[in-house]
Amino acid sequence: MTQWSGYLGLILQGALVTIELTLMGSVLALIMAFLAGMGRVSRFFILRAIATAYIEFFRGTSIFVQLFWAYFVLPFAGLSLTPLQAGVLALGLNVGAYAAEVVRGAILSVGREQYEACTALNLGRWQGMRHVILPQALLVMLPTFGNNAIELLKATSVVSLISLADLTFQAQVVRSQTGSTLMPFLSVLITYFALALIISWGVRTLERRMARGLDGVRI
Amino acid sequence: MPAPIIKIDAISKSFGTFKVLDGLSMQVMPGEKLALIGPSGSGKTTILRILMTLEKIDGGHIQVDGEQLYHMERNGQLLPADERHLARMRQKIGMVFQLFNLFPHKCVMDNVTLAPMLTKGVARAAAEKRAMELLDMVGLADKAKAMPAQLSGGQKQRVAIARALALSPKIMLFDEVTSALDPELVEEVLNVMRKLAAETDMTMLLVTHEMGFAHDFADRVLFFDRGRIVEEGKPDEIFRHPKQERTQSFLKKIIAAGHRV
Repeated sequence: MTQWSGYLGLILQGALVTIELTLMGSVLALIMAFLAGMGRVSRFFILRAIATAYIEFFRGTSIFVQLFWAYFVLPFAGLSLTPLQAGVLALGLNVGAYAAEVVRGAILSVGREQYEACTALNLGRWQGMRHVILPQALLVMLPTFGNNAIELLKATSVVSLISLADLTFQAQVVRSQTGSTLMPFLSVLITYFALALIISWGVRTLERRMARGLDGVRI
Repeated sequence: MPAPIIKIDAISKSFGTFKVLDGLSMQVMPGEKLALIGPSGSGKTTILRILMTLEKIDGGHIQVDGEQLYHMERNGQLLPADERHLARMRQKIGMVFQLFNLFPHKCVMDNVTLAPMLTKGVARAAAEKRAMELLDMVGLADKAKAMPAQLSGGQKQRVAIARALALSPKIMLFDEVTSALDPELVEEVLNVMRKLAAETDMTMLLVTHEMGFAHDFADRVLFFDRGRIVEEGKPDEIFRHPKQERTQSFLKKIIAAGHRV
């Protein structure tokens, strides 16, 4: 029994690494999503081009390959990252590319009449975006952001390939040390699922809070 | 005789192959209350949208308050207006929309104070004080903290009027502001406009299907058809003794539809 609690401790340590990766990756993904998503709807060609190139590249190549580049290839360019840094970078850039399209779609989903009200009230482009368009678009983005965050959580398991001791990595460790397959894999399965549930619940709560007092028809 | 506050000179505007305005010219005097009537698609709403810079013109010139709207004078030459020039010109003009276009995520107070604080740098306290005066004027002082979704259509439209007035424009554009309202809510909005006309010397342009209101409210009525002014004159001339056959048949249809003239 004491042996099992030790192994459970290993798995919990892995869960902490996974949570850390998910949180930091999500922050980077969120930043990239807004930069690239707003770049996509910019009136400047060069910003649209950069944003489109980023999105297409990171959606179009495998997260494994991106991670290997971040960890194994970047050092040749003089940039050595710890496994955690490489993991956050690859996950954030990858998921950010998907979420950028969510940001773009949500901005475009805000009705033309809202943009016209901004013009009639003489708000500048950025003022209108910041105070009128984005707050309304955010509500449209939230449910899909929840999806993206869960995708990111599950994708964190790839970091076990660069020997970062996350949940999946620790399960393999426990399995090789105990010879038991069911217990470690069952416990990581449940842990991932529980973490995903927490994300779902958090996003739904946020959504409800933000939608309070608004016209229900717009969601 | 004072100079006109709006001088439209031979403007044209097409949507694709459909020519909405074709060489239209008209003038509006300061303080004048002008009603634009006519069948849908006749170009009357497009004129308001062009004045609010929501549509660009294909040709012609517009002068507002002594300055070119879509052009800038640089070294004696007329150049297309840049965003800064347009922003300065927009300060002179306010608009109220058919569907209110309130910001649904902001309470009534914030809807009214947002633009003065952002575009004129008015401090929050001063902006809120002014907003309360305006909300009081439109009879909604008790709704300052309400969200737009909690208001009736008539109340929303009155907030929209207060919001436009908060920027103190010289010219107000009203684009079918009662068309989306339930019949019993129309009067409360019209009353606010009557009050506004009585208490201020603002220039007001009004696109409307409320012929009775246009008759009582306007100093001058323009009847539009296919992008041209078919007939214009004092309300009595247009509504009681229209000269053009096109005006007569339009008014007949409107009366048959149950509107009071």
